[in-house]
Amino acid sequence: MTKVGIAAYGITPFTKDDHKIESILHKSTNDLFKKNPKIDKKEIDAVLISTNNNSKYLSPILSEMSGIQPKIAHSIESLCNSGTNSIVSAFSYIASGLADMVLVSGAERYDSPGQILEWDNSRGEFKHPIFWASIFSKSYKKKYGISDEELAIVSVKNHKQASKNPNALSKKTYTVEDVMNSKKLTDDLKLLNCSRPCTGSASILLASEETMKKYTDSPIWITGIGQKTTSAGFTKNTSLSSMESSKIAGQSALNMANCNISEIDVAEVHDAFSVCEPMILESLGFTEPGNGMNIIKNLHQTDNFKINPRGGLIGCGHPLGATGISQTIEIIEQLQNNAESRQIDNPKKGLIHNMSAAATSSTVLVLEK
Amino acid sequence: MSFEKELEQGHFYIPECLECKKLVWPPSEFCDNCNEKTSLRKEGFEGKIIEFSRQNEEYFCVVEFGDSIRIMAKMTALPKKDQIVKISKCGISEGSYFFQVI
Repeated sequence: MTKVGIAAYGITPFTKDDHKIESILHKSTNDLFKKNPKIDKKEIDAVLISTNNNSKYLSPILSEMSGIQPKIAHSIESLCNSGTNSIVSAFSYIASGLADMVLVSGAERYDSPGQILEWDNSRGEFKHPIFWASIFSKSYKKKYGISDEELAIVSVKNHKQASKNPNALSKKTYTVEDVMNSKKLTDDLKLLNCSRPCTGSASILLASEETMKKYTDSPIWITGIGQKTTSAGFTKNTSLSSMESSKIAGQSALNMANCNISEIDVAEVHDAFSVCEPMILESLGFTEPGNGMNIIKNLHQTDNFKINPRGGLIGCGHPLGATGISQTIEIIEQLQNNAESRQIDNPKKGLIHNMSAAATSSTVLVLEK
Repeated sequence: MSFEKELEQGHFYIPECLECKKLVWPPSEFCDNCNEKTSLRKEGFEGKIIEFSRQNEEYFCVVEFGDSIRIMAKMTALPKKDQIVKISKCGISEGSYFFQVI
């Protein structure tokens, strides 16, 4: 199989601004080309768009606006993990030989229709994500004896890390008391336990090994991919305190990369809500079930940015279609030692975990220098 | 009569496969196991509370029917885990199902 790497990336700040989806997509793509002027647009075989926005024909539109005439042009939607699904599709096009270089661009507006899965009528009138997050929180806290104050540390840590990220939506740091005193959404969820929808875009350019040599001296390779969809509906989750799809996707990605979770130096994980972070760390095998908060507390106390260095979804904001790509860009920057004040000490291997709809579907990527 | 037609009239009847007898959820005219047709099993199903939380004065619960079918339902009284409940109200409002249990 052809080796596939990431040759370039571009990103916009995540904001609450009101912009057309087409112009946000163009902004991160333009940033990519401005940072990498040697890239020959004629060599781009495919343009893939990741978004939940209902606008039509976005890939041909972005291609025209960017001066690209690709062979393959289409959109990919899979709610919150549209971004990494698009990266997997780009990888597959290159690995199969159908394309040599693929632009993946993801974007979302603050008012994305992807926040609610209308089809999931098993949730009754409780379709907003705060309800599944409350059920996960209640179940996880009860099973492992975790307090609300402990879960608040996830939010405190990730806002702190986001404060070092110039593209993050959050510019503030918070204390556990701030989280506990923020608006009560349900008995088990406060406002500051949640990531926020926002406007933003992120783009990356994937290429075959041969093409990578032309454009970068510090290539980052996609060495592991794992995906699993267990259902579409939240109530089909057999466990409410662990994430089965993440567990399976994580193991597949590590197997493909031929490495162990203990070799992962830095990870971006899908902390849509505070409780997700310990559940994900446990499901991926970073630690035993019930021990996720101990890892998080230790990382926070020692100012170790290993998990969610860019601030995660809680700190950065969550522009659905851009999230997985933005997570991937953070791991690229970390592996290239370009993450400035967020930099982990000389990481060799990084992991991205991106999921949809209460972990009914997960994608995990492993990246290496 | 379809699941939604019955639900609109306040009846919670779960589709059952005519061939393999599996209860099919989410409701569908075809079985997800053997692909044969389903028909509604017209009985008053009992469910079990799996988990719950509260927003303002209302509880929202994950309720399990028949060992595998789970829905989210409203409850006004304080629920207990593993409590056996029945659907007291259900229907469709603005395209979304709603369920209440007692």
